Amino acid sequence: MFKKKECVAMLLAGGQGSRLYALTKKTAKPAVSFGGKFRIIDFPLSNCINSGVDTVGVLTQYQPLVLNEYIGNGLPWDLDRTFGGVSILPPYQGFSGSDWYKGTANAIYQNLEFIKRYQAEYVLILSGDHIYTMDYNKMLQYHKENNADCTIAVLEVPMEEANRFGIMSVNPDMSIYKFSEKPKNPDSNLASMGIYIFSADKLYKYLTEDEADPTSSNDFGKNIIPNMLNNGERMFAYGFEGYWKDVGTISSLWEANMDLLGEKPVLSFSEETRIFSRHENEAPQYVGAEAIVENSSITEGCEIYGTVINSVLGYGVVVEKGAVVRDSVLMHHVSVGEGAKIEYSILDSEVQVGKGAKVGRPRENAEGITVIGAGNVVGEGEDIADNQMIYSE
Amino acid sequence: MKAAGLIFSNIHDASIPELTKPRTMASIPFGGRYRLIDFALSNMVNSDITTVGLITHNNYQSLLDHIGTGKDWDLARRSGGIRILPPFITSGTRGDDRLYNTRLQALVGVKNFVENCGADNVIISDCNMICNIDFTDALECHIANDADITIITKLVNTSELKFPLDKYIKVVTSNDKNEIVDYLPYDNQEGELHINTNMMIIKRSYLLSLINEADARGYDSFSRDVIMRNLGKHRFFAFEYDGYFNYIDSMQKYFFCNMKMLDPSKRKLVFHVKNRPIYTKVRNSAPTRYTESAKVTNSIIADGCVIEGVVENSILFRGVKVGKGTVIKNSILLQNTYTGDDVYLNCVVTDKNVTIKNGKMLSGHETLPFYIGKGTTV
Repeated sequence: MFKKKECVAMLLAGGQGSRLYALTKKTAKPAVSFGGKFRIIDFPLSNCINSGVDTVGVLTQYQPLVLNEYIGNGLPWDLDRTFGGVSILPPYQGFSGSDWYKGTANAIYQNLEFIKRYQAEYVLILSGDHIYTMDYNKMLQYHKENNADCTIAVLEVPMEEANRFGIMSVNPDMSIYKFSEKPKNPDSNLASMGIYIFSADKLYKYLTEDEADPTSSNDFGKNIIPNMLNNGERMFAYGFEGYWKDVGTISSLWEANMDLLGEKPVLSFSEETRIFSRHENEAPQYVGAEAIVENSSITEGCEIYGTVINSVLGYGVVVEKGAVVRDSVLMHHVSVGEGAKIEYSILDSEVQVGKGAKVGRPRENAEGITVIGAGNVVGEGEDIADNQMIYSE
Repeated sequence: MKAAGLIFSNIHDASIPELTKPRTMASIPFGGRYRLIDFALSNMVNSDITTVGLITHNNYQSLLDHIGTGKDWDLARRSGGIRILPPFITSGTRGDDRLYNTRLQALVGVKNFVENCGADNVIISDCNMICNIDFTDALECHIANDADITIITKLVNTSELKFPLDKYIKVVTSNDKNEIVDYLPYDNQEGELHINTNMMIIKRSYLLSLINEADARGYDSFSRDVIMRNLGKHRFFAFEYDGYFNYIDSMQKYFFCNMKMLDPSKRKLVFHVKNRPIYTKVRNSAPTRYTESAKVTNSIIADGCVIEGVVENSILFRGVKVGKGTVIKNSILLQNTYTGDDVYLNCVVTDKNVTIKNGKMLSGHETLPFYIGKGTTV
């Protein structure tokens, strides 16, 4: 039995995130660790539950093992429900054939049955690429008030950066009259955040038509939104104010982590915007007698005997005596041996850095961030320069 | 099934009245993010004991809140799992004395659980001790000995103890076959003593006969009416536990046991034993944020804290805020303690949700920590 749900969320989590290189060799981008104890997908999932959206389909495709394991039955997000809750939706073999998800629109098209089972009136489309907290319910109310067919969340970006985004041109009532993907000469600075609400019947109609068009690349941004605009559907932009960051590149991922630090961090969470995550059972962190910890975010299970400055440490990181970690992001269970030095780097989970080893160069004169993929070992006394990307196949 | 568990949540409440005023002994916070019951529960779960009864008496709201469905200890099970056993008042065994007062009376009250737990043995545990024990070996010895009761003991040397043993501690003497030959309250003996850890294994059929007999004859003391009365007649054995063990029976000891966890070698024996983690309720706080003015040394810090001041030799629970210019030394700050700017604390224990306003100075002594009650504003 399926109880009717007013709004069902579909979370596109199949992307490879190829610009994160070493970090997404073995995991899908939404499962990449963030801010010590979170993963990127915690943000849209927590936003859903905080907004009262309790039925979420997660569409997976690329390297789904860690992601599937992580989501599990949805308990950490209160999404282990008898009616609704979280469902993982991988590509599947059907009666007439089987196909990978060809594009974002095709992925939803292949799972229309999931939405129909809940007789949803509205469909919220999300992606697992961004760090932000948002009340989707407010956006849904806005969608309903406008009697819209499609509402797209937009963020004001600096005009000079507008050419990097999908840009919405709007009338004074915020209805959209033009959509341009990465325009050379943008006439607006309202960037699409990749968050859409569709009225379900329109979504069905356009997805079905799109599927029938062999020339389509089955993408929301490239096909569905332009088609709807051309047909004069009621499309509105929903202005969002607040923290939002695309963490699709190494440097933006690093920056977003650093946004958690400081006396008044740019990125912080309140009781209403709590971000939930699957919890590892670790003892509290311990800061040793000779340790120095400054301007950093440290998670349970860490044991700090050395120096940690301007860094974000995940679960169970060990920093031995005399070791220095500066301007870096260390994901869970990284160990840093005695006297080792880590500067301006991202170390993925379970990386082991041997005694006296050097990773990266001081941020002031480094060419770029050094990244070490999950489980790699940096030998005793080894030296890895700046702007390096180390991973094992 | 070899064994089920039974945990007494209130048995030592009176020994530490400050902290048990709003809660049970079992739900006293410990070590940054735990509650005392986490040790007893985790020890059972890690020994594959997954049917556990939790005997409560009074003040158990905080305990219910902590346990929830038992999911965090993997005890939300279709068969077995955790069962909370509040006092069964109408079953009062004698006249007006309806709420149980002793260990034995409590056992009489949970006869139903013992009858239906479906295990051959019942492991009984208090919850005022800090230890990480695998019951498997003790259980094997218990079964091999065909014992009625196996008491788990700990060897202590009175000359090395920081706190003298209290009179209620029972000293166990056993022969070379581990049969218990004497069982007496502590009476100023010196040297090496085997003390009862208040963890024991009882054959279920024997426990049921004890319950029936106690009910019929009005027995109320487990030590006197069960152990001492039947010594030499029934099969009572001792099993020595050689791991880390400490117990909390006063505010001084609470302070001492917490501070012991700052010692990495001790912490290792309790929290970092391979395959035997200590579980606790998940609260989903963000990681702890240290600002540039933070200076933290030799301290245990839970998640969700914001630290702008100096913290030395202290234990901070979840969601503690340490303001600028504030110095926290040798103190235990429970969940959501808020300290403003330029506060100075030394040897202080603050209960949950305490607020200490700017510029306040408070100090106790390690032999008499200064305790600030739940929700107080200083």
